[in-house]
Amino acid sequence: MLGKTAGGLFWMARLLERAENTARMIETGQRIALTRAGSGADDWLSVLQAAAVAYGYQQKHEEVLPELAIDWMLRDPDNPSSVMAVVTQARHNARLVRTALTHEAWEAVNSFWMLLKVALARKVATRDLPKVLSLIRERNALVRGSILGTMLRNEIYDFIRIGTFIERADNTARILDVKYYVLLPSAAAVGSRLDNVQWDTILRSVSGEGGYRLAIGPDVTPMGIAQFLILDKRMPRSLNFCCAKLRDNLNYLATDYDLRMPCHQLADTLCRRFMSHDVAAIFDYGLHEYVQEVLGHLSKLSHQIEIEYRFNG
Amino acid sequence: MDMFDEMQGQNGQIRSPYATFDAWLSDEDAARLRAKSREAEDLFRLTGITFNVYGRSEAEERLIPFDIIPRIISAREWQRLERGIEQRVCAINAFLHDIYHRQEILRAGRLPQEMISSNEAFLPQMIGMMPPGGVYTHITGIDLVRTGPDDFFVLEDNARTPSGVSYMLENRETMLRMFPELFSRNRVRPVSDYPRNLRRSLAASAPVACEGTPTVAVLTPGIFNSAYYEHAFLADKMGVELVEGHDLRIVDGRVAMRTTRGYRPIDVLYRRVDDDFLDPLNFNPDSALGVPGIMDIYRAGGITIANAPGTGISDDKAIYSYMPEIVEFYTGERPILQNVPTWRCNEKESLDYVLAHLSELVVKEVHGSGGYGMLIGPAASKKELKDFERKLRARPGNYIAQPTLSLSTVPVFTKAGLAPRHVDLRPYVLMSPEGINVTPGGLTRVAMKKGSLVVNSSQGGGTKDTWVLED
Amino acid sequence: MRLAISHITRYSYSTPVPYGVQQIKLYPKPTRGQAVINWSITVEGATQEAEFTDHHRNHVMLFSFDQGVTELVIHSQGVVEMADQAGIVGPHEGLAPLWLFQRATEHTRAGKGCRDILRSVEGDSDLERLHDLSARIHAAIVYETGKSEIAWSAEDALAAGHGVCQDHAHVFLACARAMGLPARYVSGYLRMDGQDEQSATHAWAEAHVEGLGWVGFDVSNAISPDTRYVRVATGLDYTEAAPIAGHRYGVAGENMDVTLRVTQQQ
Repeated sequence: MLGKTAGGLFWMARLLERAENTARMIETGQRIALTRAGSGADDWLSVLQAAAVAYGYQQKHEEVLPELAIDWMLRDPDNPSSVMAVVTQARHNARLVRTALTHEAWEAVNSFWMLLKVALARKVATRDLPKVLSLIRERNALVRGSILGTMLRNEIYDFIRIGTFIERADNTARILDVKYYVLLPSAAAVGSRLDNVQWDTILRSVSGEGGYRLAIGPDVTPMGIAQFLILDKRMPRSLNFCCAKLRDNLNYLATDYDLRMPCHQLADTLCRRFMSHDVAAIFDYGLHEYVQEVLGHLSKLSHQIEIEYRFNG
Repeated sequence: MDMFDEMQGQNGQIRSPYATFDAWLSDEDAARLRAKSREAEDLFRLTGITFNVYGRSEAEERLIPFDIIPRIISAREWQRLERGIEQRVCAINAFLHDIYHRQEILRAGRLPQEMISSNEAFLPQMIGMMPPGGVYTHITGIDLVRTGPDDFFVLEDNARTPSGVSYMLENRETMLRMFPELFSRNRVRPVSDYPRNLRRSLAASAPVACEGTPTVAVLTPGIFNSAYYEHAFLADKMGVELVEGHDLRIVDGRVAMRTTRGYRPIDVLYRRVDDDFLDPLNFNPDSALGVPGIMDIYRAGGITIANAPGTGISDDKAIYSYMPEIVEFYTGERPILQNVPTWRCNEKESLDYVLAHLSELVVKEVHGSGGYGMLIGPAASKKELKDFERKLRARPGNYIAQPTLSLSTVPVFTKAGLAPRHVDLRPYVLMSPEGINVTPGGLTRVAMKKGSLVVNSSQGGGTKDTWVLED
Repeated sequence: MRLAISHITRYSYSTPVPYGVQQIKLYPKPTRGQAVINWSITVEGATQEAEFTDHHRNHVMLFSFDQGVTELVIHSQGVVEMADQAGIVGPHEGLAPLWLFQRATEHTRAGKGCRDILRSVEGDSDLERLHDLSARIHAAIVYETGKSEIAWSAEDALAAGHGVCQDHAHVFLACARAMGLPARYVSGYLRMDGQDEQSATHAWAEAHVEGLGWVGFDVSNAISPDTRYVRVATGLDYTEAAPIAGHRYGVAGENMDVTLRVTQQQ
């Protein structure tokens, strides 16, 4: 396979995952606004931060307003990470690797983009927002489903999966990074209602509120959340789950090519060094520092994969 | 002018190739056909069969209109066309070899020297170069028009990188999906073998440096090229890689592509990049689309470039006017397919005639393509005629003129029912050291506007599925 | 006369070169009165990829940069036996038609400057007129190194009034072609009288004269080539006959240093 094709598949998957994550962040932000009177700038700012688009927003707007924040994340042409921009880029990559995709997978990506273009042609009214957000989720699910259902389990599939899980791990880690302070024991000691809302936000932004109840139990605690989002192997958006998938898919490539490279080493390290502790040890080490290191490691791994599988040259 | 309709004939009597289709059509409900027509459009849009219009952003991917009424050619009609096409393509290939070697046709005085010496498309780097297997034109598209039951003319030869074959294939797929019953009533010769034949034909043209099974790849200028969809489509259907210049390097005396496992040599490159952009070392140094040094590797026998560089000399419109002589010179036979009579404006008498009859003629740029820069006399305003006259006088050698042919029509499906529209036909021809293969049918392009003679997709033309019936 | 030639071209780059190709035309051409006794070309920092004879019958080699090099050194050396031909190279050979050499190129398009020179050219035969042309160009463009640019056209050089051998040759080609004569560019070596070290490779022109064939004209030195001139590559202009041409990726700056010795052995 061409190095460029591997890169195109990797980025297509990353960007689709990003679009979905951003949509979920908007949903979370909207949820807070609806359930809590007087919520405002701070909540939306942290939503923007968790979606990694706060910097650009603040370059353009002085004030954080819900309406502007939503538009920024969905479709503002000045935001290269808006859902519209990201899906357009994903489709661009899909066109680039058209020969590597099945007909179904390509059509799913292409129709996602076509529908989104219509849905985001103009500013989305608040009452239409749920419809648009669910369109994004459903269409993404369709893409994922057609990839799952029609693509050979070969190197093409591996690169798609690697892109998906790098992005997802990165997203979960970023949410933790933005909100880590509300999980700290010192914050929990305060025991205010505010924290409950914050915790709820974290779980919702990874679609984890139901899963948490099933996996951990009815009591939402900082430890429990950290355990669930970082270490729980059953939770498909936890760091541990994503890193294990990353390692697995990289290993498939290594076996397929009969070649282990530094990126495989790096993925092993990521799993061994960061995912084998218990959550208390992570808190002892410092949640913030821990998440920062995981983020750094993920970005290094992504870069290494790009070089070793010759995405660009 | 008497118009020849390929379905209705000249007297309103349904012509025999269309008999079965017509019977089916008269049982069909207009509303159902309208729905089918819309369905076809959705299908095309979803598959992404779009083209980018030059000078516009990617956002403006456009759909080429597809018409659901097939264009039908009888076995007998096709037989004659096929022989004529083969003859013509053989002659073109022989002409190219001659022009880049001893130039016997110039020595024999059958073609004026300035036709070559003052021609920008002549590529000196090809002098003395024998392409692998002696094949220059691996893929040719011959544009044909029709004016009567037995009157076909060649309008243009496309020996550089003829496009549109993906539409030929997708049009058939669409028809099969929407009207399967039609194909059980009519015995239509399949076109779906084209990608396999293309790959086989390209592989058979591999260079001596090739070891084992030849590796074929398609070279595209990239995702923003108007024909990107087709490049990806052909690579996909052939099961070969779609590469861009920056995926390629010279490694071990070969042109090699960057794969996830390192560089791998390419034996045959089906390039959809123009000569000038192919090699920044040897041609346009500013080209970012090509591969520096590929011409050196080519000349040293390390790769096959398809079509060979320099084939543009044969599809030049000034050369076109000599095609009957060229066919006779190299095949020793009378041309089976006629040329459209052509006035070369660089000749004084011709220019005088053309200027005096401008409003009746079609005038084309010698090196133009895609219907750009062309004058259709009968459809032009007084001012357009005047403007064009100035251009003609300024650079007569830049133009040729042809009579306005009364192109045949085939009905298209409109809101108001069937309506005749002008068509042309581009059959696709593959050539390899093993022989010539003409795909039955080709791409029928249709002017969607009433009375219009311009069928180019860049000018709003559409396409139809083209059927060649079995005997 | 035997000439021993040692030509070393050293390129150094400000940062490592990720990839690039170098096309080399440094093998003396088979020519009447010029026999190659021995010749070798070696390149440090690059790998040979191809070798062929081009449409001007030049011996062409293609090299690719070894990854990450900061220096590329081309050694071209050997011994050539020269016999005097009074500047006449002889009949046209090869498949390239003579009319090809009447084609103007970007560098050799005749404009006002060339037309002015052509108006004053005198002589009773093509050969005489060409000699006169050469002398007039010599007078119109002062030989001066370091002040002209490699991309200059014939008209650029005439407008500037100074130039190097490349500019002299280009103007000659533009004018000769405007006179209707086939003409070509020659790059090669010249042994300057009484000195072994040469500052650079040389360039001159040839025109095709009925009855004689190709005849050489060195405008810069106002003579026709003799046994001190070694023909290496020919083409329609500099771009086709350049001894070394390259295409590099990356942003590295390039510095070139040439050491050229042409010594007389007998």
